[in-house]
Amino acid sequence: MSTPVPARANAPERYYNYAYLDEQTKRMIRRSILKALAIPGYQVPFGSREMPVPYGWGTGGIQLTAAIIGPDDVYKCIDQGADDTTNAVSIRRFFANVADVATTEDTGEATIIQTRHRIPEKPLKEGQVLVYQVPQPEPLRGLEARETETRAMHAYEEYGLQYVSLYENVSAYGRIAATAGYPVMVEERYLMSPSPIPKFDNPKMAQNEAVMLFGAGREKRIYAVPPFTRVRSLDFEDYPFETQTWEETCALCGAKDSYLDEVILDDAGDKMFVCSDSHHCAERRASGHVGPMAGHTLDQDAALKEPAQ
Amino acid sequence: MSVATLDLSRIAPAFADPVRESQAVFREVMECMARPGRITRFDRAPQAPNGLGKAAGAVALTLFDFETLVWLDPALAESEAEAWLRFHCGCPLTTDAQSAAFAIVTDMAKAPNLAAFNQGDAKYPDRSTTVILQIASLEGGPTVTLSGPGIQTTTDIAPQGLPQDFWTQIETNQAQFQFGVDVLLVAGDQLLALPRTTTAQIKGG
Repeated sequence: MSTPVPARANAPERYYNYAYLDEQTKRMIRRSILKALAIPGYQVPFGSREMPVPYGWGTGGIQLTAAIIGPDDVYKCIDQGADDTTNAVSIRRFFANVADVATTEDTGEATIIQTRHRIPEKPLKEGQVLVYQVPQPEPLRGLEARETETRAMHAYEEYGLQYVSLYENVSAYGRIAATAGYPVMVEERYLMSPSPIPKFDNPKMAQNEAVMLFGAGREKRIYAVPPFTRVRSLDFEDYPFETQTWEETCALCGAKDSYLDEVILDDAGDKMFVCSDSHHCAERRASGHVGPMAGHTLDQDAALKEPAQ
Repeated sequence: MSVATLDLSRIAPAFADPVRESQAVFREVMECMARPGRITRFDRAPQAPNGLGKAAGAVALTLFDFETLVWLDPALAESEAEAWLRFHCGCPLTTDAQSAAFAIVTDMAKAPNLAAFNQGDAKYPDRSTTVILQIASLEGGPTVTLSGPGIQTTTDIAPQGLPQDFWTQIETNQAQFQFGVDVLLVAGDQLLALPRTTTAQIKGG
């Protein structure tokens, strides 16, 4: 169920433009989005504006959303998969306020999903736009600090250094150690950072039906992956790309195939694993799936008691 | 009509609600750019003057401003369409195709080769020209099969009124990726996009 459009506090006046950004800024961002879609995986520089949240809180994603959102959209915002974390709630409220837009936690009914570091478990479809918040858009930055150099490396498809780095991983750890922000190759041309999503989500980028936009506010870059585009996680023939797997299941919904977060329960080291995608988990529980700890309530009195002598 | 003596009474209106309408137009253009060959219709867009179609006008009103150098077809020079663009978009015009961010081509018989426009820089391929070609119709012409990013397998289009060697130009354009122009085909109130990644194959050709 989507939340209905809230009454505007300052109606009929508005002290800022629709969707917060001024029209000229939106045009500039829109032009960048079109070029980003035409050159999949290439980072388009853009005139990133100051937003009413600090850099690192999703300013790139917020600016992308502000440039594309309209009153008919249904907006969802997730942070590490969850709809109910502080960052996600405040950004969702922001757009409900400045863009008069309906909001939802339902992945299926959202038309714009802004995300920090996850791709929803439910497959996306045509008509949906996935907006990623990106802290560092340059996959090569850890290997080469100079923007002039990395830009040349992309221009001439000079990605040897990236493979050397992966090889050093293999020789040091016996495997490619990156677990989040695992670099991908888009249409066999541009090396791209998938943003810090877990590598578990990398395969979902390939041939996705939705439009995927990436925004880095502090770094002032926009890039995109159109639907039905080839996205390959880098690997070696003898060290093929693998995603994370768990021996545990989700403690609440029993899911065996979703991305799980580890939650520490007490000082004795007890822990549980739960779906990182909160809507996916809620939907499964609503349809009757039960995990090993479902229905469990915290015994607060027990938790407050003195530890046994 | 010269720009120096702009007669405001002869300038046709633009969007009634610029904020909402430009957003709606952009979302459609974005979906088209993401899904080459997809046809969209801007039937509620304002009528641009001098035979400039609703689709071309809607794109101009949505994307042009003082930051974008626009190459306008010489057929529209000194026309009401030029005054309309200058007034509503505030865009500077140029006759130098190499420096244009956008180009509007309406006279297909004299259309410049796509290679005449800015092809982008090796490090900044996004600086290439976006070329808006206004043709007779997006339907009813010879069938062309498209493939590439944004298209699941293949998709067929049949635009009418393109120059003879247009698909050869598109092939050359696609082959030089990351360089290349991005094309918006418009006819009346309809639009489809051919970004530089799209491969075209003439059916039976």
